[in-house]
Amino acid sequence: MKRYQNLLLLLAVVLLAVVPLWLHSTPATDGSGKPVEIFGGADNQAKDLIGRIAPAYQPWFEPVLEPASSEIASLLFALQAALGAGFIGYYLGVSVAREKMRRAATKTPEKAASAD
Amino acid sequence: MHIMEGFLPFKHAVGWTIAAVPFVAGGLLAIKKRIRDKPEQRMLLGVAAAFAFVLSALKLPSVTGSCSHPTGTGLGALLFGPVAMAPIGAVVLLFQALLLAHGGLTTLGANIFSMAVVGPFAAAGIFRLARSLKASFAVSVFLAASLADLSTYVTTSLQLAWAFPDPTGGFVTSFAKFAGIFAITQIPLAISEGFLTVLIFNALARFNPQELQELKLLPADKARA
Repeated sequence: MKRYQNLLLLLAVVLLAVVPLWLHSTPATDGSGKPVEIFGGADNQAKDLIGRIAPAYQPWFEPVLEPASSEIASLLFALQAALGAGFIGYYLGVSVAREKMRRAATKTPEKAASAD
Repeated sequence: MHIMEGFLPFKHAVGWTIAAVPFVAGGLLAIKKRIRDKPEQRMLLGVAAAFAFVLSALKLPSVTGSCSHPTGTGLGALLFGPVAMAPIGAVVLLFQALLLAHGGLTTLGANIFSMAVVGPFAAAGIFRLARSLKASFAVSVFLAASLADLSTYVTTSLQLAWAFPDPTGGFVTSFAKFAGIFAITQIPLAISEGFLTVLIFNALARFNPQELQELKLLPADKARA
């Protein structure tokens, strides 16, 4: 169990992301039969809810820069994830190498000792 | 959990900014002191920041049919203490506010408070509680990271309900509505974040036991296992 723990954890994460896609495979419709966008952002839904609760509310500040399109937005999100994942990968790589070298360093004197 | 730019009334925006500033400042001091005392932990601090970067960029589908993202603040809160995550979370949120129009400058304070203050403090508290109740290391990490994630989204719902009480039902009805969007969507994602945090802790414990031991997270005997 312990041995497969990491694999099982990864599998569970993938399942948690895939199952919703399968559950909502047909586009939902609102009251009038118009299809509703599925898998929109929760942040946007909250914005819409503010509009329903306080219809008179006007946002008083605009974003400084807006991504030119959703493609550009996903580019920036991918960049953000890549930077983070790259650093974590680098750190783990260094750690593995360091652990191996340490092990090699402690093994050599033992071998020498058992040889004589 | 990002409150959109301009979508908090002026007074709330200022209030949350004032509330967030001392945590970010305290966190900067804590990080500075840590790097001065233990320069070798700089890389691990980078990992904590990188983890928050990755996880908050991943918009995952949820059972409610909408998308949201984990926060990734639990790992750093357990490694370096909750205050250290305030400036790290602030950097992530600032990046998204400036370049992605995701969240905003006027709502930055409120967003820092939910993601980089409440979440990390929840993680640290839950981890300590779980450990004192004799939960295993992995279970404690899972609970800390996933409940921290969830607490961030509950905080966002509270912030929005406070700013926009329902005309008939008031604060409580409004909170139920916002929590319906944020908190319910977040449950499976919080579980994912818990699993991912256990995964990275497994990797850290496998290759860097001394560092974790120095951070007093692993008991001495487990470090050599």
